[in-house]
Amino acid sequence: MFNNPTIPRIMGHMFLRRCGPDALLVEVGSLTEVAAVRAALQDLDGIEELVPAARTVLVKGALHDVRDALKTVDLTRKPESRSREVTIPVVYDGPDLALVAETAGITEDEVVKLHAEATYEVAFCGFAPGFGYLTGLPPQLHQPRLDSPRTKVPQGSVGIAGEFTAAYPRATPGGWRLLGRTEITLFDPRAGQPALLQPGDQVRFVVA
Amino acid sequence: MSRSVTILRTGPQALVQDLGRPGNAHLGVPPSGAVDPHSLTLANRLVGNAETAACLELLLGGLTLRADASCTVAVTGPSTEVRVNDRLADSHQPVHLSRGDTLAVGTPRTGLRTYVAISGGIDVPAELGSRSTDLLSGIGPDPLNADDVLPLGTPGPAAGADVVPPHHAPHTLVVPIFLGPRDDWFEDAETQLRQGTWTVSDRSNRVGTRLNGTRLSRRDGEIPSEGMVTGAVQVPPDGQPVVFLNDHPTTGGYPVIGVVDRDHLRFLGQARPGTTVRFRPLT
Repeated sequence: MFNNPTIPRIMGHMFLRRCGPDALLVEVGSLTEVAAVRAALQDLDGIEELVPAARTVLVKGALHDVRDALKTVDLTRKPESRSREVTIPVVYDGPDLALVAETAGITEDEVVKLHAEATYEVAFCGFAPGFGYLTGLPPQLHQPRLDSPRTKVPQGSVGIAGEFTAAYPRATPGGWRLLGRTEITLFDPRAGQPALLQPGDQVRFVVA
Repeated sequence: MSRSVTILRTGPQALVQDLGRPGNAHLGVPPSGAVDPHSLTLANRLVGNAETAACLELLLGGLTLRADASCTVAVTGPSTEVRVNDRLADSHQPVHLSRGDTLAVGTPRTGLRTYVAISGGIDVPAELGSRSTDLLSGIGPDPLNADDVLPLGTPGPAAGADVVPPHHAPHTLVVPIFLGPRDDWFEDAETQLRQGTWTVSDRSNRVGTRLNGTRLSRRDGEIPSEGMVTGAVQVPPDGQPVVFLNDHPTTGGYPVIGVVDRDHLRFLGQARPGTTVRFRPLT
């Protein structure tokens, strides 16, 4: 065994990958399974970090209880939502609206209608504080990133990339196609609840 | 009257740091906090503060401050020259400053980061439960500038003093590392890590210690972004490893070959560019 890599332990349809002495990376097959794992672990005592991502959940602390909880998690069932519902008003005047409409073969008004009528869920956060990756984007709007990313995407910009939509909490470089902008505060580090969006939240965009 | 100190000179970089804001990675917020928490908590104990109080973290020293009120200070980290009103004082000891006294911290003889605790702690507003400056995401106070006035909290009773030798950063580090979570992206990760030699790059910062040297051979491609822990050793396509320190991004898409043991991470955080690094894999 000396020269073998640490073989990830297989539990059902999960890979458990060791991540240092006190953390595990739980690897699954889809965003729905990520949500199921996160929901199964979120109420355990002693967890220091619980970080969902595209195909994994990173969990730090309480590893014994985590392993036990993972034995019984049903990956096929979407966890019951008991999350908050967040509404984000958007002015749909983004610089890539025409490009998105052209790519989808529909009008700009139809793009807005599609984007504003869907219900989204925060799959995970990352990239920047308070930046939530929202799933539930209608398939016509699944589009690639810009060929050349912008060096500065203004704060509050609402964009799409791949299967996700998101709003930029602050100005950063970015390659998402921008549909519009919101005035709402997405991240305030001094607020009691700093991030407007947290994994599991249900989100709707409305025309401002 | 409120207590404060005034920064007269910062040196290359002076930041406010405490033990950071872990537990917020799911919001995309890095842990931040002192890169050498051992030295920060020691400095706090020396001046009678709670270990969680905010201190100054200095990169290569060079800071001068003026006490606007009577206070006790302590400088920790690697051995360094400390002066009060131009007279030599000791690091790793409580030092009393009267109102109007100046404290000057020299460049450490080895290592990178010194810590200055001030009785009462630096009392700037907390963000997500911490006063730490996060250089990656801009949370917390800005890096300090000359003429900044830092408010201090109420000092507690002096605690018993620790007796501590200063830390000497060695020229060669041997760093224990746990394999995984993505060691299966590398052919014989354990041997590659054990046989390689690297030096600390001058492009290192609080986000990560970048290493130059043996190219780690890995599969091509990227992983869908996944959560990253402090101490994770990411390997980009060029095969040159990056060890994530306190201001690391919460997610990343390069494979992590291993995770540096937490107790040894501070030695990497104190390693100057040019320091030789070897890994000792733990399986």
